[in-house]
Amino acid sequence: MFTGFVFLAVIIGSIIFHVWTPWWWTDIASNWSAMDDTIILSFWIGGGVFILVCLFMVYCIFRYQYKEGRRSEYKPEDKKLEKGLTWLTTIGVVALLAPGLVVWNNYIRVPDNAIHVEVMAWQWGWKYRLPGEDGKLGTSSNRIISDDNPYGLNIDDPNGKDDVFVESNELHLLKNRPVKILLRSIDVLHNFYVPQFRSKMDAVPGTITYYWFEPNKNGDYEVLCAEYCGVAHYAMRGKVVVENEDSYNKWLDEQETFSSFTAKNRNNKLKEKKLVKINNLSSQKNSILRKQNVR
Amino acid sequence: MSDELNINKKKKNQIKTKSSTASGRGETDIDYVRPAELPEQDLYHGHSFITKWIFCQDAKVIGIQYTLTAVFTGVVGLILSWMMRMQLGFPDLFPFLTAETYYQMVTMHGMIMVVYLLTALFLGGFGNYLIPLMVGARDMVFPYANMISFWMFFVAVVVLMSSFFVPGGPTGSGWTLYPPQAILEGTPGSGYGILLMLISLSLFVIGFTMGGLNYVITILQARTRGMSLMRMPLTIWGIFTATVLALLAFPALLVSSIMMTLDKVLGTSFFMPTIIKAGEALSYDGGSPILFQHLFWFFGHPEVYIVALPAFGIVSDLISVHSRKNIFGYRMMVWAIVGIGALSFFVWAHHMYVSGMSPWFGFFFATTTLIIAVPTALKVYNWILTLWRGNIRINTVMLFCLGFILTFVNGGITGIFLGNVAVDVPLSDTYFVIAHFHMVMGIAPLMVIFGAIYHWFPLVTGRLLDEKLGKWHFWTTFLGAYSIYFPMHYLGFIGVPRRYFEMYDSPYMTSAIGMNEFISVAAFIVGAAQFIFFYNLVKSLRLGKPAGKNPWQANSLEWLTPDVPPTHGNWGEKLPVVHRWAYDYGVPGAKDDYIPQTTPPSEVRDAEVEKT
Repeated sequence: MFTGFVFLAVIIGSIIFHVWTPWWWTDIASNWSAMDDTIILSFWIGGGVFILVCLFMVYCIFRYQYKEGRRSEYKPEDKKLEKGLTWLTTIGVVALLAPGLVVWNNYIRVPDNAIHVEVMAWQWGWKYRLPGEDGKLGTSSNRIISDDNPYGLNIDDPNGKDDVFVESNELHLLKNRPVKILLRSIDVLHNFYVPQFRSKMDAVPGTITYYWFEPNKNGDYEVLCAEYCGVAHYAMRGKVVVENEDSYNKWLDEQETFSSFTAKNRNNKLKEKKLVKINNLSSQKNSILRKQNVR
Repeated sequence: MSDELNINKKKKNQIKTKSSTASGRGETDIDYVRPAELPEQDLYHGHSFITKWIFCQDAKVIGIQYTLTAVFTGVVGLILSWMMRMQLGFPDLFPFLTAETYYQMVTMHGMIMVVYLLTALFLGGFGNYLIPLMVGARDMVFPYANMISFWMFFVAVVVLMSSFFVPGGPTGSGWTLYPPQAILEGTPGSGYGILLMLISLSLFVIGFTMGGLNYVITILQARTRGMSLMRMPLTIWGIFTATVLALLAFPALLVSSIMMTLDKVLGTSFFMPTIIKAGEALSYDGGSPILFQHLFWFFGHPEVYIVALPAFGIVSDLISVHSRKNIFGYRMMVWAIVGIGALSFFVWAHHMYVSGMSPWFGFFFATTTLIIAVPTALKVYNWILTLWRGNIRINTVMLFCLGFILTFVNGGITGIFLGNVAVDVPLSDTYFVIAHFHMVMGIAPLMVIFGAIYHWFPLVTGRLLDEKLGKWHFWTTFLGAYSIYFPMHYLGFIGVPRRYFEMYDSPYMTSAIGMNEFISVAAFIVGAAQFIFFYNLVKSLRLGKPAGKNPWQANSLEWLTPDVPPTHGNWGEKLPVVHRWAYDYGVPGAKDDYIPQTTPPSEVRDAEVEKT
């Protein structure tokens, strides 16, 4: 009896916890409410199965507890029951999978009007590159990254000349405009993740990955690195500001383009040295690195 | 060839006529079992202490050696998890816990628990002890290789543990060891630590292969007379399928370990693209980090089932024995085990939906992953249908089985969330994943392991474990572990990423401080509860109630040995002959509510047996 009641309490407790939990997802700030909907659907179907199966188990504990001399039923198989359960499960699985695949299909097809934004990840921080007036990002390669060319842009590519450099952890985005995030990494795996946007993808050195979303709520959001990237992984934070066109344009005007960067760079050796320093990782983590003397 | 066959046939006829004349009637012999096709195996009998207990070729002793070593690593893993929970629940309280040591503990905890505890315990421990006994063999077919297998595992554990003491400490690259970071500065233990990890894994795979071939060939070739494949206990089916998976999956781990070692030591670029560190390009070029992930998960996903399938099999037997009822839908259970095993090789990239692999893979792997849910769900139905209309003994063993069902259903369903590609996007790399896999391949298999130890301890030692202590152990472990991992899913909803040494002050994460403290306290209690179990083991070993023969009134062969505990060679003079499956419980018309597998039909003439 005791056993049955405790198991029953665990089931009921789980339901109560789920209904009353103060810990739920952060308010969504992008177009991916369909992901939340599929999760809710999964909760209904999956939660239903969990409750039914476990309640049946509790029923058996109460009803068929050991009695001296009683014989259990001898019935090795029940083809009809087994077949019925197979079909029922299959239907449940299809009901979960189908919407999931539809959402995924939307996730990997980027709308044509999306602004391309390059997110460049490094140990441990973020910087960004936006296309200039031509709306196109210039081609790039990690192999040619240098102090004069911090993004490794192909200097023969005319599309790259007006690219905008955002050498800071903070990225601004336009409200209600889809954005295609193109991810690069110069060292190890990283992942550009803003919980409120629901979406994420790894940045992989040596290749360019992407995903897209449409921010639809103004505000400041914290960027978290969601792929383990070394000892300061937890400190690899950034910031995304979603705002209206006016303030966005103002911010954009403050940023440097590739050509202005190159021109300035040529004249200013001091600044160059400073850049190297920035590339050399944030100073607070250097102490951690120094301990790592084996290699 | 044909001559040989004819001789065999003649022999059979002779035996047939012999036994039918013996029974004194002209009718066909209902007790007839095909004669053995192979002569019995010669065994090496050790005489000295060393050959009997250390370099021993008896599978039972090897099984115990595996179990003790695996449990030792498990205790290390447990202590590491305590230290992690200290940091997560009460940051700043323990100044010796730096980010560096935290990540080293995360890594070692994960690898130890998955490979060195669960895999070694289920296959090396239970596999070695139970396979020969349950299929009616005298030992494994290659006892010498079996001995080497354990000692390779032992060396692998020594190498792994030695990495705690080398300069730089053990690797802190996460148990997935993803390059490039695993072998670059910036990750703790990227020097000796990662090298020792890779060497240890390679040794493990080599050792396992020797053991694994033994398990598979023993099950296929050394079954006793009458033990057809479809009469084997599900424990053996689970271990068999898991071993086949392991033999196919571990090579992927071995090659990726070797390739990464070469990247580290010789500077090759299997997994290493152009990398800019401190403004300078390293000498690597052109490798693919994603290739490693494919190799790793091609091993890693079957690995989940390498742990799960033996658990499925064992729990089926425990439920059947202790609810005094045949396992429901035996054939379905067998095909589900085999089907899950086969499918598990086509789902690996569901660990990589947001890894940057071609997004088109998402459709394929989401579909295969959710297909695997069907046979898995059927197994769950069959377990609870076995309880239904049974005669359920609520003892410690059954409690652990019930705990397994609840945690496994819970963790299985969250697995459907994560396997469904679009749902995985917001949840991957968060605490939801941690909660999911600890529930489904941490707690659930551990419930089975504990249940199995309470079940088979009387066989191994001849004494029963203490029931009162067992119940305390169960309730603290089950309720405690459930209250660790059930709420943890909700941290994932908030968006808290995994592998964060510290949460800092993001507003939605600070709301979780209270929960983190609660989870940590629960983790301390659950860990401490395991010492009740160890105490019970030690105490019962000397003072436990003598179990006698077949204390659970089970049907399967391991309980039918002439000596308890079984001695070397298992069966005394004559091998057992099997007449039925292992699940004849509560057969109408039979005198007892169980009919052991060796009972010939002539002894239970009135039993209305359906399947034999």
